[in-house]
Amino acid sequence: MADLRIKIGTLEFRNPVMTASGTFGYGSEFDDFFDVSALGGIIVKGTTLESREGNPYPRMAETPAGMLNSVGLQNKGIDYFEKNIYPRIRQYDTHIIVNVNGNTVEDYTELSRRLNALDAIPAIELNISCPNVKKGGMIFGTNPAAAREVIAAVRQAYSRTLIVKLSPNVTDITEFARISEGEGADSVSLINTLVGMAIDVRAMKPRLAAITGGLSGPAIRPVALRMVWQAAKAVSIPVIGMGGIMNADDALEFIMAGATAVQVGTASFIEPLAALDVVKGIDSSLDSRGFASVSDVTGIINR
Amino acid sequence: MKKRIEDLTVTQNRRLGEGFFVINASSSQGLPDILPGQFVQVLVTDSPATFLRRPLSVHDVDMSTGTISLLVQIAGAGTERLSRLNPGEKINIIYPLGNSFTLPLKGERVLLVGGGCGMAPLLYLGRKIREAGIEPAFALGFRNRSRILDHDELTKLGEVFLATEDGSEGYRGFVTDLPQFRDKDWDRVYCCGPEPMMKAVAAACLRRGIFCEVSLENLMACGIGVCLCCIVPTTSGNLCSCTDGPVFNIRDLKWQISG
Repeated sequence: MADLRIKIGTLEFRNPVMTASGTFGYGSEFDDFFDVSALGGIIVKGTTLESREGNPYPRMAETPAGMLNSVGLQNKGIDYFEKNIYPRIRQYDTHIIVNVNGNTVEDYTELSRRLNALDAIPAIELNISCPNVKKGGMIFGTNPAAAREVIAAVRQAYSRTLIVKLSPNVTDITEFARISEGEGADSVSLINTLVGMAIDVRAMKPRLAAITGGLSGPAIRPVALRMVWQAAKAVSIPVIGMGGIMNADDALEFIMAGATAVQVGTASFIEPLAALDVVKGIDSSLDSRGFASVSDVTGIINR
Repeated sequence: MKKRIEDLTVTQNRRLGEGFFVINASSSQGLPDILPGQFVQVLVTDSPATFLRRPLSVHDVDMSTGTISLLVQIAGAGTERLSRLNPGEKINIIYPLGNSFTLPLKGERVLLVGGGCGMAPLLYLGRKIREAGIEPAFALGFRNRSRILDHDELTKLGEVFLATEDGSEGYRGFVTDLPQFRDKDWDRVYCCGPEPMMKAVAAACLRRGIFCEVSLENLMACGIGVCLCCIVPTTSGNLCSCTDGPVFNIRDLKWQISG
């Protein structure tokens, strides 16, 4: 048993494997398959102040080694989360982290303040990178001044561990990683989905009702890995890597590039046990090669 | 009902008609309870173009042998690969998924309407209705004679009325044109098929005040209610077809149809 513990800010995780927002519901959807407390953390579905219906159907298109989605942050809002979901998931013996979204800086800060009051939520992931909403989302994650403003405001409003989720739809990812660090974030997570589209040639129509969507799955992994490697070299706060991780070796690529932790996303759609298998696989891989802890290989290619 | 991820063994793969197959697969540990209308998510291996699982309706269930039947229409690389499964091969499935049809009450007159691949959930539903002591009738619609699927199993459960669009077999027209659909006072109609057909059936049932449930076949990624891709606009907002459906009462759907 290798030592898999890692730290993000002051928060200790039992292992470096979390589930990506929007791919694991609230965790309880996986109760039939395994004990989700075995994971390092669960980033729950993107949450907003108000209830949202999201984008029209169709919202999904399968693409080579991946998929596009244009869900558009469908969720029942923070009131519903507090009343109906939080009491049910707070007993999980793992870190439940809420992915925070809004249209305006005020939305983000108000939601962060509400979450600050929930003692079983030890961290938030500030989503400034959702590509599927017209207002807010990626606008904050692709404009340096807007990013600086929203991160600074949320940092004021939120006292626990703050993770900023970055968009890959930028020219220089390191700029946004540095802004996050400069404004007091404890960590950055990347990458969110890449904006893409697909057309049904026979019907001569876009395959998504919203026309464009976010691309995820192994198709994006080399791009994600490159960005995580760049970000990890640019900042000294921990980087959480994600993008097309399907198994333990994929996760170790990110860790060796400099990620302190990883998130498993789209893989859970195909294999509900994927995140658990990544935990076990990292452990056995480290064991078999004689590494005592995961930190022994973190950023090993940069040394 | 607890969901499982399990490797089943293919016991038979039978051609049902042009581009349609029925795969039988058995569980070594015995099947869980499966309700009519539920579906499975099948992992497709050895098909590089296929990334996601394929949701397939449960076509039939034989608890005594632990065998589940899946009706597959070849629609792309994934289903094409499934159509070539040989007896003895393993398939990995997540099941049972989704809600189920509401079974009729004793003495009710029940019609099961299907078209093409929409025949998939009707066999097991018909079997359960028959077990409940009610003889169901079936109305099946196909484009033409050559597209008709083998429906011998349905014939064993109740009367089958056929319609083809060109009249090459059975009644000429859509299932909704069948005199047996139009003229009889049905208490319940269950429907699965192409969306235009389900909407026509739903409109007729709304107009005549008949209880009607439809089974939707929305595009989905996960099948367990986390990706939020297979949503259906309903009177209670956008619901997941995979967990709140695939069966919906037509009164709850926001279909642009008038009674």
